[in-house]
Amino acid sequence: MKILVIEDEKGLREAIKSSLEKESYVVETASDFNTALEKVFVYEYDCILLDIMLPYGSGLDILKELKEKQKTENVIIISAKDSLDDKLAGLSLGADDYLTKPFYLAELNARVKAVLRRNKLQGKNTVEMSNICLDLDERLFLVDNQVVPLTRKEFDILNYFLLNQRRLVTRTALAEYVWGDHIDQTDNFDFIYSQIRNLKKKLKAVQAEVEIRAVYGIGYKMVEP
Amino acid sequence: MKLLNQSLAYLTVSIFVIVSIWAAVFYSNMLDEIHDSIDDGLDNYRLLIIQKAQKDTLVLKKHTFDESNYAIQEISKSIALNIRDTHQDTLMYMLNEEKMEPVRMLTTAFELDKRYYKLRVISSMVEEDDQISNLLWSTSWLFIILVVSIIVINNLVLRKLWKPFYGLLQQLKEFRIDKNTSIPPIQTTTQEFVELKQACDILIAHTLETYNLQKQFTENAAHELQTPLAIITNKLELLLEEKQLPDENAEVITQVLQTTARLKQFNKSLLLLSKIENKQFFDNQLISINQMAQNIAGDLEEFAQFKNITLTIEQTDSVEVEMDAHLASILVSNLVKNAIFHNVEHGNVTVNLSYRALSISNTSQSGELDEKVIFKRFFNNSESQKSTGLGLAIVYAICKLYGFGISYSYPGRHCFEIRFS
Repeated sequence: MKILVIEDEKGLREAIKSSLEKESYVVETASDFNTALEKVFVYEYDCILLDIMLPYGSGLDILKELKEKQKTENVIIISAKDSLDDKLAGLSLGADDYLTKPFYLAELNARVKAVLRRNKLQGKNTVEMSNICLDLDERLFLVDNQVVPLTRKEFDILNYFLLNQRRLVTRTALAEYVWGDHIDQTDNFDFIYSQIRNLKKKLKAVQAEVEIRAVYGIGYKMVEP
Repeated sequence: MKLLNQSLAYLTVSIFVIVSIWAAVFYSNMLDEIHDSIDDGLDNYRLLIIQKAQKDTLVLKKHTFDESNYAIQEISKSIALNIRDTHQDTLMYMLNEEKMEPVRMLTTAFELDKRYYKLRVISSMVEEDDQISNLLWSTSWLFIILVVSIIVINNLVLRKLWKPFYGLLQQLKEFRIDKNTSIPPIQTTTQEFVELKQACDILIAHTLETYNLQKQFTENAAHELQTPLAIITNKLELLLEEKQLPDENAEVITQVLQTTARLKQFNKSLLLLSKIENKQFFDNQLISINQMAQNIAGDLEEFAQFKNITLTIEQTDSVEVEMDAHLASILVSNLVKNAIFHNVEHGNVTVNLSYRALSISNTSQSGELDEKVIFKRFFNNSESQKSTGLGLAIVYAICKLYGFGISYSYPGRHCFEIRFS
């Protein structure tokens, strides 16, 4: 899988690059409008991460060019602008997703995977790890091909972990993904802790061969034991 | 005191003083003139009497006034030489008035055939007390007429002249920096008012510019912080994934990451707040608040369960409001979230939907809050460091944007009510 990161901020570009490389993607970068345009039309990518405000031009113009040339790359806009107009403009020009800065790498990872999977029409829309499997279309959780009931939120948590296998998922990132904007205050860490504890119990009871490991008290990592 | 009445008061006092002084001066001048003319008459009489005495010596025998207006007495030469012509006021009994009345008397001396005589001639005078009272009445009338005319002129003419001013004043009173951009032109040719209007326009333009700059600044600043925050967060995440990371370092990174998350949340709230205040939400549609409340209650159910809080929704009416869906969600969820998070173990939250109103009440440890400050930015009652203190400010800003009424009361528990007018 080949991904192009178009982002003018060096620090962010590098962070995204190394994060994606951990997922074994081939990552190329472009730091300005002209380089980006050149790369987009010379090479083929499976996914393009596109910043809107670039030196020498707007990311939206790159989207327009792609649309005109009928190139069907998956594009995820990463922008500091989060007004509805910007989102609608981006999506109407053919972007597949819109991610507002600042974001967590785990979130970016999940979005990239979701977008990449969308294009693979063959086969089922599933994520797997060891003996567990999530059917995202039917929202089913399978352990050794046996359906195990999960609550809606438990399913979401597990989904996030499976999209970020063996990667650090911070509690805040997890909470944002599962509970949206509601997670911005108070004693939420205890709350998430209790949710994860319940999920761990469930996984253990059905002999799932995965483990949710606490990392430095800030997050979790799903690994094979 | 109104300007109109103030000027009237000053004018009344000034006119009173002027009229009084005028009356005094006028009276003394008039009296002088009268004396002058009487004295001339007396002098004339004297000449006539002396002429007559040369022809008719009987005249010289008239020693008392009686029926006529002169008296002659023979005197010695030395006395006669000492007599100077004098005009003086004196009193004399008047038969008709039956009392003493003032008269003007000329005392003089003359020589006839080597004999000397003293001559006194009188003439009746104006009665001064009558004169003064006459004058007093006339001046009083003059004063009253003047004041009345000024009141009438003030009310008719000045009111008309000041009309543009009062119009402008009303405009300024109704001016709201977040609603209006300028005040409409006023119809006047009065230079002062034209200048006043110009000064107001300049002031308003200047204030608006500052106001907009300030609004823009918050938004721009919050905006510009997004990318640096992204870099910090993402770099720290990568750092935490390093295999050789010592635990102590990981702990520090964790703390920094958590602080950054708070900063991120704070920045997001600030950005949202300035967007609401800059009116950047216009995707209004008909929103069912009932549906919205149920969805949010569903989303927050686990939080409530975790704290053993009972969340009840009472629907006595269905409430539909024309507003932006995202803002509606923030409005309801911020209030419900607060009600859940600032609650007690085994407490409860009641969401009530009645006719065009939404009220959310909850049990709490803290007592009554100060309604004046809770909707202000950065009001933070809890010790919780994770709260941004912007939640209620955002709720308030949304209500203000759509003209909803919001109030807080404490009937033994916190109760927030929104009236969708």
